[in-house]
Formats: sequence, C-alpha cells, structure tokens
Amino acid sequence: MKKINVSICTGTTCYLMGGAHLLTFDEVLDPVTAEHVEISGAHCLGLCGSEAHGKAPFVKVDDHIIADATLMKVLDKVRDLMPEED
Amino acid sequence: MHDNKANRLRKEILIRTARAFFTEEPNDTLNRIPLQMRPKGGEASRCCIYKDRAVLKYRCMAALGFGVESETDELKPVSDYYEEALAREKPVEPLLTVIDVACSACVTTRYRATDACRGCLARSCESVCPKDAIEFYKGQARLNPEKCVNCGLCMKACPYHAIIRIPIPCEEACPVGAITKDENTGREVIDHEKCIYCGKCLRECPFAAITDLSQMVDVLNATRTGKAVAMLAPSIAGQLPGTLPQLFTALKQLGFSDVVEVAEGADKTALHEGAEWAEKIAEGERFMTTSCCPAYIESVDKHLPEMAPFVSDTPTPMAYTAADVREKNPAAITVFIGPCLAKRREAARNPDVDYVLTFEELGAMLVGAAIDVLECEETPITATAHREGRGFAASGGVTEAVKVVAPGNAALQPIQVDGIDWKTMVQMRTWATKSCPGNFVEVMSCAGGCLAGPGTISAPRVAKKQLNDLQEKSPSLQG
Ligand code: FES
Repeated sequence: MKKINVSICTGTTCYLMGGAHLLTFDEVLDPVTAEHVEISGAHCLGLCGSEAHGKAPFVKVDDHIIADATLMKVLDKVRDLMPEED
Repeated sequence: MHDNKANRLRKEILIRTARAFFTEEPNDTLNRIPLQMRPKGGEASRCCIYKDRAVLKYRCMAALGFGVESETDELKPVSDYYEEALAREKPVEPLLTVIDVACSACVTTRYRATDACRGCLARSCESVCPKDAIEFYKGQARLNPEKCVNCGLCMKACPYHAIIRIPIPCEEACPVGAITKDENTGREVIDHEKCIYCGKCLRECPFAAITDLSQMVDVLNATRTGKAVAMLAPSIAGQLPGTLPQLFTALKQLGFSDVVEVAEGADKTALHEGAEWAEKIAEGERFMTTSCCPAYIESVDKHLPEMAPFVSDTPTPMAYTAADVREKNPAAITVFIGPCLAKRREAARNPDVDYVLTFEELGAMLVGAAIDVLECEETPITATAHREGRGFAASGGVTEAVKVVAPGNAALQPIQVDGIDWKTMVQMRTWATKSCPGNFVEVMSCAGGCLAGPGTISAPRVAKKQLNDLQEKSPSLQG
C-alpha cells in the first residue's frame, strides 16, 4: 500500500510558528487513517523566505503544500487523499 | 504554550521586530510592521484595518519593552520606542500588561440562556432565581444583566441545559485574583500588588490582549558587544529543532560569546537542597518546599506569608549558574533563556542576571537573523550537566533529584503541587498553618513543570520525550 506522506517542516521558522505542535499529528489520527499515513519531519522546505507562499508553519502532504498549517488542516488534506473504501 | 492564532500572532510580531533589528533601516522597517500585517484592502480581524493596526502598534511596543501605559503621545512612532530601547541601560521593570484596545471586554454576565430554551411549563429557572432576573421574550428565557448576580442556579435547574456559563478566560486562569474588570471600561486590569507573573492569563486570553514587556532588543543589542553569555534553562530540550550542540552553534552565530547550561546550576541546587532538607528535618521542621519556581516565590511573598518559613533557602539553578559565569568573567552580560516570565522578577532581584529571554523570543531572534538551527554544525559541549539537573524541567524532577542526593533519603516523603491554581493555593495554606501530608514539597506553578511554561515553543509531550532522551544520555550525580 502506498502511504500518504505527511512531511512536517521543522526548520526554525516553522518549528517556532507551530511546527513543534504539529509533531503531535499522530495523536489526532484514528487507527484507520493512521494505517495510510507516514509522518516525518523535514528540514526547511524553502517556503518561509517569501510571503508569496503564505505563512509558516508549512506541511507537505504528498505534493500539496499547506501554509499556516494546523492539525485540522493537515488532517482534512489527508482525508481528501485517502483511497475510497472498498 | 498553546498553539493557536493568538499565540502565532504574538510570535509573528517578535519575529518581525527581531528581523528589523538586522536590516539596514530598522526604524523604517519597524514603523511599517502594522501596515504590512494589515495592508490596505486586506482582511481585518477587528472592526477595520485601522483598529487592527493600532493594536499591532501596541504589540510592537511590547516587543520593544514598552507597555500601553508608557504611551504619552499617540503619534510617537514605533521607531522612537526602538531608539529608546537601544539607549536604555537596564531592562524594563518586569510587568504583565493588558493592551486595553485589544481586550474585547468579555461580558460580565457570565450566564446566558441559549436557543435551546423551550420556554417550558415548569420554568424552574424562574423559580430558583433569587434575584428575579429571568424574563421571557417570545417564549424563551432571557437573563436580565442588571439583576443577574452570576449565582448559576438557573443553569443547574434547566432540564434542557439551555443556560450556559460564559467564562472570562484570563480571570479564570489567574490563581490569585490579580486580574479584574475596570468597572467603567469593562476592560481587564492587572493588579501588580497581587500578580505572581505566572503568565496564565497571557496564555489563556483568546485576544492575545495580555502581554509581557520583552527584553529582546536589549539582548540583541548586547550580543553586539561580544560580552553576552547565554544561560540555557534545562527545559530547552525540544524547544528548538536540532540537537543541543547545534543550538550552541546557532547561539554563537547570533553573537553570544559563550553558552552555558543552567542544568549544571540545577545539579548544584539539587545537592544543596538535599542537604538542607536533611538538616531541617533533623532540626524538627515539619517539611520543606522547593524554591526554584519564581512564580511560587512570588505567591509566597504576596499571598502565602505563612509558607515563608518552610521555603528552602537554596539558590535557584539560575542563581548558581549566573554566579558561576560572573565569577569566571566579571564583565559578562548574563542572559537567562527559559520558558518563564516570572524569572524576570527573580532576575530583577539578582544582580548576577542581566536579562531574561523566553524560548519564543530566542526563536524569533534566530529567525530574525536567518539562522536555522537544523543547518548548524555541532559545537562539542565540554561541561557536564547531570541527569538530575536536567530533570528540573519537568514536574517531579526536583523530587527525583533530591531523592538521589539527600542523605537519609529513605525518610523522604515527597508531595507535589503540579500547577498553582485556586485550589492548590488553599491547600498550601493548610499545609503551612495546620499539617502537611509530606515532608518535602515540590511546587511548580505550571502544571507539568517548566516545559509547559508560558514562554515555551514546543508541545509538552514532544518536549518531555526529548528531555527523557537527553537525561538517558547524561551521567547521574550518583556516579
Ligand atoms: S522553516 Fe519551514 S519552510 Fe523554512
């Protein structure tokens, strides 16, 4: 099964702006969703340098970038990308 | 510290302020912060962008160490405050202040009937109300704020749970009743005679209307002298990304001439406190409390004089560390970096400590200087902090340390105050005046200990794990 990759930026800007709290993402996952998700920390994604990308903290869910990320925003994106149940 | 929009806003201000310091034109950059954060045509979080900008200006002032009450002329630009901050020789008197225009003046009537009211036949709310404050409008109950005395009986009586209690978050959070409403404006005011600087109101206010006066610019300025020494609190574990040796490098890049760990001072506190405890108990004292939490010390001074004789005389980890730095280098500008606001009070009384920063402020300085800890090389750490000293960061840690080092520790009966609130204040008074169920009392103002302090960046669970890892790798005082 290909997992959905949740990559939480832990560069200093993102970490300070809330990334440190996003590292508790595993806690908000129900067991079924957790099966489909792979969580990792990332070095600076290079997005914090320009306001054009939005605000830190940033999280990448597969190829999707979430700005001003919160646990709920990340969870919503993961649910979007979950394969339909069969 | 919680992660929410109010807190992120506070940190954004700190980052922008620190960043301005490193630009060619700090004055202009600072004056533009409110405009950049609320540009024309953008969204307003209050009534309009102009009010937002006014509030943001006060936030910038606080980041520079000025309270709303120090404003004499509304037209005075942020840059003038900045110049004054750079020129001052001593840090500002530590205070928590309310940005009055940001305070939303939460309603005083704490009970309200909601749409869930069925306008039932029983109307138990009406019958229990001692003040005749329940009125009916279009078949639904309403509370007349002129008459309501907030007794809450109607809420308990309603079978539909249609009456709710609306708390005032800052007042709920304050363990000592130091924050109350100004009758005329409806806005909150802090009574500094009562305030213990625990920071709970600041943490809980959903409008981020409470702020402390930052010493960040003073420290940034000091880093340019080449004499500033950073003293990192034990609760640093997990507060910034990367390893501790990487953080040491980052701090040096920021301009600190040296970095020391307060955990070393905590080792000394543990050893001394263990010995002191054994001595006092042998002399017939009923019990002894810890002394390292400055919000607790403020509470004793201002609200619990009965407890004073039971408080340990052992210097705090910060005091030991700062004395050590001073001894080796009398010209050092000492900067304590920790999770705590009340430490600013302790520092104001201790000539060995020049400045106090929170982890949030340190983070903002690093971001402002474009230093990413994760990209730093590791600086080897030569000094040895022990497992016990590091443990001071979490509740139970001081007890653990004293257990290890106290002579005759078999007789140690430890109890804990894990978080100061109304209830534990009452409990402590009873221990002091009547009897205490233990003979060693560890008191932490923040539930969970320092790693849950108001100046922290990380989630306590994440921090606790990193702290445990670091402790595992450190030697024990037991040898
Ligand atoms: S720190 Fe996250 S994008 Fe740079």
